[in-house]
Amino acid sequence: MIENRKYIIQVLIVVVGIVFLGKLFSIQVMDSRYKLAAENNVINKVVQYPYRGLILDRNNKIIVHNTPVYDIMVVPKEVEVPDTAAFCNLLNITEEEFTAKTQKAKQYSYIKQSLFYPQLSNEEFAKIQTRLVEYKGFYPVARTVRKYPEPILANGLGYIGEVSKRQLQRDTTNYYKQGDFIGISGIEAAYEEELRGKRGVKYKLVNVRGIEKGSFNDGKFDTLSVPGNNLISTIDLDLQKYAEYLMDDKVGSIVAIEPSTGEILAFVNSPSYDPNLLAGRNYGKNFSELNKDTLKPLFNRPIMAQYRPGSVFKLVQSLIALQEGVVVPSTRIVCNRGIINCHGSHTNADLHDAIKYSCNPYFYQTFKRIVQQGKVEGMNKDARVGLTTWNNYLSDFGFGRRLGIDIPNESTGLVPDPGYYDYYYQKDHWNFYTIYSLSIGEGELLTTPLQVANLASILANRGHYIRPHMVKGIDTPDSYYKIQYDRQETGIDSVHFTTVVDAMGEIVDGTARVARVKDIQIAGKTGTVQNKNSFDHSAFMAFAPKENPQIAISVYVENAGWGGGVAAAITGLLIEKYIKGEVASNRVWVENYVMTKAYLNNL
Amino acid sequence: MRRQDSIWNRVDWLIITVFFILVILGWLNIYAVVYDAEESQNIFSLDLNSGKQLAFIAGSLIIIIAIMILDSKFFESFAYYIFALIIVLLILVLTPLGTEIAGNQSWFTIGSFRLQPSEFGKFATALAVAKYFSSRNVRLDRFTEQIKSSLFVLVPLSLIVLQGDVGTAMVFISFIIVYYREGLPSFYVITGLSAAVIFILTLLVDQLYLTIGVIMLATIIIVINNKRLKNIGITILVGVVVIGVIQSVDYVISDVLKPHQQNRLKALVNPDADPLGYGWNVTQSKIAIGSGGTFGKGFLEGTQTKFDFVPEQSTDFIFCTIGEEHGWAGSFVLIVLFLVLMVRIIFLAERQKSNFARIYGYAVAGIFFFHFGINIGMTIGLFPVAGIPLPFFSYGGSSLWSFTILLFVLVKLDAHRMQVLTR
Repeated sequence: MIENRKYIIQVLIVVVGIVFLGKLFSIQVMDSRYKLAAENNVINKVVQYPYRGLILDRNNKIIVHNTPVYDIMVVPKEVEVPDTAAFCNLLNITEEEFTAKTQKAKQYSYIKQSLFYPQLSNEEFAKIQTRLVEYKGFYPVARTVRKYPEPILANGLGYIGEVSKRQLQRDTTNYYKQGDFIGISGIEAAYEEELRGKRGVKYKLVNVRGIEKGSFNDGKFDTLSVPGNNLISTIDLDLQKYAEYLMDDKVGSIVAIEPSTGEILAFVNSPSYDPNLLAGRNYGKNFSELNKDTLKPLFNRPIMAQYRPGSVFKLVQSLIALQEGVVVPSTRIVCNRGIINCHGSHTNADLHDAIKYSCNPYFYQTFKRIVQQGKVEGMNKDARVGLTTWNNYLSDFGFGRRLGIDIPNESTGLVPDPGYYDYYYQKDHWNFYTIYSLSIGEGELLTTPLQVANLASILANRGHYIRPHMVKGIDTPDSYYKIQYDRQETGIDSVHFTTVVDAMGEIVDGTARVARVKDIQIAGKTGTVQNKNSFDHSAFMAFAPKENPQIAISVYVENAGWGGGVAAAITGLLIEKYIKGEVASNRVWVENYVMTKAYLNNL
Repeated sequence: MRRQDSIWNRVDWLIITVFFILVILGWLNIYAVVYDAEESQNIFSLDLNSGKQLAFIAGSLIIIIAIMILDSKFFESFAYYIFALIIVLLILVLTPLGTEIAGNQSWFTIGSFRLQPSEFGKFATALAVAKYFSSRNVRLDRFTEQIKSSLFVLVPLSLIVLQGDVGTAMVFISFIIVYYREGLPSFYVITGLSAAVIFILTLLVDQLYLTIGVIMLATIIIVINNKRLKNIGITILVGVVVIGVIQSVDYVISDVLKPHQQNRLKALVNPDADPLGYGWNVTQSKIAIGSGGTFGKGFLEGTQTKFDFVPEQSTDFIFCTIGEEHGWAGSFVLIVLFLVLMVRIIFLAERQKSNFARIYGYAVAGIFFFHFGINIGMTIGLFPVAGIPLPFFSYGGSSLWSFTILLFVLVKLDAHRMQVLTR
């Protein structure tokens, strides 16, 4: 029926209209994906990177600040490079690199910016700035990197680097995004949350070519970036600089602490590196070179190196013995060099002289009295009780455990406990005669330079210490927040320190005369770390002045021989520098003595 | 007794009203596309597409008046001459006299204006087809008549394909509606539709499954309907043909179609496969329309179309702006307006006493229907991308004028329907 066809045609038209309305209903009303896609299209989220907090020294001198660098970004869709060779020349890259970088950017997005060339310095950028505009599709974006006015304190400060995939996965707060920078070691890592600040975001409307067309919703959702907080470090910049200078060409470390506060005044690792090497474009290359260096500049010796404490440990033995009442200051012990060797002219020293002359037999006997107190039947069982008591004291002194310094990667050192010997000799198959090397700080004992500096601090405080730290306060834009560090007691009565400290004072007047500073009474102790196959390490530990101490210090110089030598000389110079502000001209010879010794040859 | 009242009392005001609503909405919408909040713009500025479109609208008013003044017999009398003129122009545009724009050799450039003869080819063909069918008793059930009459469509269609403008050429297929109404056996329509359905299915479904499906379907038909041997034979024959079509689709796609046409088909089937490449247009178009939601973002508040994410936004993809700024509600109004227009055209066609006017009316309805269907269909991902305008909405003088002429010639014919003696 031909006449019916007019209805068929009209129905067809209406059906098409209904199909359209149905399809439109599904994409406009039912499906919210398109709204999201539309926002992603036009809303360009521009991250405002916050200014990372500064790190200042104890006198508010800048140790770390930020410097602008320029990332060259590329929008592949807009790229017009008439002369590739000239462009490559400008950025000092090869044409292969150019192709690879362009390809990578294209894979990310045709119309969104991606990083083409990172971190041109201000000077580099100034050179190419005028010529860069000739090339369409390339945009400089300013951001900042860390800058160190003085190339010092590298290991204490640590460095920042791009956040790793693993860190991104573990970041439950979702703060970090790919490409963000994060503190990787040292203060930068420990105080990351203070330093990083808060990212801001600007939502901008962009057209298909990524050209901005104003702010989204009049900036209602925009947030300003909040700069990171500044850290007030405990470091004395001048002292640190001088200490690093003195450690030039030597392997070792220095830790100087203000005893009354636990503030670390100097923190030297040698050899170290210029921290500027790990900031900026050549981070990767420089890092791998530093990592390969056989002298290990990245190894943070002040808190990671572990040495046998040697004679320095006799001070600890004295204090424990006095507290335990197994010796009194007047106790005399015959220097029987048949049991253990000794040196110097003394035969029957009291405690004072035993410390002064570092009498090995005296402390052999003292340690025997500590360990074998006869509290329990059977010598082996008794030694277990005695060693446990001794362990507890050492733990209170901060040995064999982390002191809790405010930067990561601190080593514990080693203080053997009964379990340790049980493992090697079986349970109750050992006693004092098995472990007597501990009496003079040898044997299995291991301590870090920080722990020894802390010991100097304990001696200076006559019995307690404040947890050592590198950052004392946080400077926010509207307030200053002082960080509280806990005070630890050693359990030794302060009266017992008199003899020990007096003897230490005489050491500087005697064997370690090179450390002596006019008008400042220094209490110190040499420690020679014996090595089986190479030169001894020179170690010295001191605090000064003897009354009202201002600085406690430990110095380790590897393979530099006797402790009364270079280590003592450096200690004296640093004490003089810190307390007097400068080294007297009549002591320049000491500085020369330190500087002319290139101990690296001894390795 | 002859009534002496003005022609304006006899025209169909409903269709004229719908026409003006569509034209004005179209004009505002073009302003929305070019609108830039950061610049102070005047909707009337001739620097903007909106200003130019207003000039085109003014031009179409002159055309309307001219059509109304002309004798109603003019179009029937001069149908073949107009058709011949357009055919000549369609040939000339292929010579160096024509201008090539975006790969289509479809334009004459006269000063700062451009004219697209293929736009008027639709009108001319409508006239010629109407004249041919009305001037003699064409028996469309005869094969020779089918061939002869189809030349009116196939000649301009081929010329337009030669210009490279497949989209416009596709519109000429709309004349099948006229032929169908005038008695073309259903067989052709059903075959054509079935081929299209099978073609699309082949793109969507794996060829092997489709072949198995056809065999199973044929078997079921034979089992249920096994009374007559002849039916079984026909079923098997049809099944074999269908499987042949399925197997040939790959050849057609890869060897007959141009790469960009292949991509448009791929984008229709799976725009997500390459959203930044061949899927870009469809993906962005759907994002723009979809982001409009139920009530849209508001007039001039669209972002997708304004910031150039949607290609050809003032011409072929103009519907995106409506979808984005006015949402489903706006789309609903627009689609209903077009449905009213098309159904009204058919109503007018059916009430004609002259065959010429009736056939012409169906041609107009078919042309509007194809533009409407293909254009909106492609923006919402129901039809491959084909560059044809949405009547009255897409920016451009040629298109606006050609639709105005198409429509108002029908209005003119309708106004004089009582003066025609029934044959």
